[in-house]
Amino acid sequence: MANSKYKSKINKIKTNKMKCKYCNEKPIYNNLCKKHFINYFENKVKNTIKKYNLLKKNEKVCVAASGGKDSSSLLYLLNKLGYNVEALAIDEGIKGYRDKTLEDLKKICQKYNIKIRIESFEKNFSLNLDNLVVNEKRPCSACGILRRRLLNLYSKNYDVIATGHNLDDESQAILMNLFKGNIDLLKRLGPITGEEKNRTINQKIGFTKRIKPFYFCSEKEILIYSFLNKLDVNYNECPHVFNSFRAKVRDYLNELESKKKGTKLNIVKWFLNLKFKKNKGHINYCKLCGEPSSNEICNVCNYLSKLEKINL
Amino acid sequence: MEIYLERENKTLEVVFKGKVKDLLKKLKFNSEEVLVVRNEELLTEGDILKNSDKIKIMSVVSGG
Repeated sequence: MANSKYKSKINKIKTNKMKCKYCNEKPIYNNLCKKHFINYFENKVKNTIKKYNLLKKNEKVCVAASGGKDSSSLLYLLNKLGYNVEALAIDEGIKGYRDKTLEDLKKICQKYNIKIRIESFEKNFSLNLDNLVVNEKRPCSACGILRRRLLNLYSKNYDVIATGHNLDDESQAILMNLFKGNIDLLKRLGPITGEEKNRTINQKIGFTKRIKPFYFCSEKEILIYSFLNKLDVNYNECPHVFNSFRAKVRDYLNELESKKKGTKLNIVKWFLNLKFKKNKGHINYCKLCGEPSSNEICNVCNYLSKLEKINL
Repeated sequence: MEIYLERENKTLEVVFKGKVKDLLKKLKFNSEEVLVVRNEELLTEGDILKNSDKIKIMSVVSGG
């Protein structure tokens, strides 16, 4: 009996006819065929939503969408699962990049009948990233501050904002903050952030609750999911992205993952088991714009005054 | 073999037959960072390639 099992395994290897672990179809990833990969992926996301109480069926959710594979897959899946979902996109003003990804996003929203809103740096801050990078040493950091502001500002009519952050993003962020010794930023990570108890969408203040339904999905799994569902996502690279610390940590983690499977997941699981002292829950508001801020003047107002767009 | 690299937007001509895994090693790709597609079908690292194949290598890493 044992001998026949061994022979059949050898035959499989010889003929390279591996089968899905649940059926006779050809596997495409981790011994799963297309159909069972999609089941596995969707169940993982459903379980994350349930376990961390990320989203309820009656809540209004907007997906921070860019037209890339992560946010487009999230938009597609939350819509498929029957959530009340809309897309919110930020146009930073990056010619040849953002205009292309927004076209991809518009096609997906049209195909699946999802409402989309696009807000730009130009309209809201009278600037665009292409001009900004000329004198900016850290364009990604400035872009992030402004983009997060618009996402928070225009998501106030929603219960929740969902982002496409995945296992790769999260394991990188944990290591980056660990290497920098930045405990304050480290403890803000997790599948759910910005949660304010008793905030309702009518209050329109503070931070909108942010959720990451792809928290346990790797970037590779998301690309496979978007490919299998024929989401019209093309590879595009921001021309202003530079050789960042994150890129170094990403390459290091991918190298480790290829040698020891499960490395990224173990980092995230380790992090989730850490116990941090809870913040007092008090939020300050910027005295200029009224948006949430840890200082008297928020980062956005400080930055805009540096560019002489506003006076402090 | 004709290999289209999506991220770089360029096509390579390489003489190769054998496993996907070995091709990736030859081209110095980390298998964690790419997907290999032939005739719109995803391939696993164990799939066998012929020298007459036309394949596409997609980048897993986001460009944002």
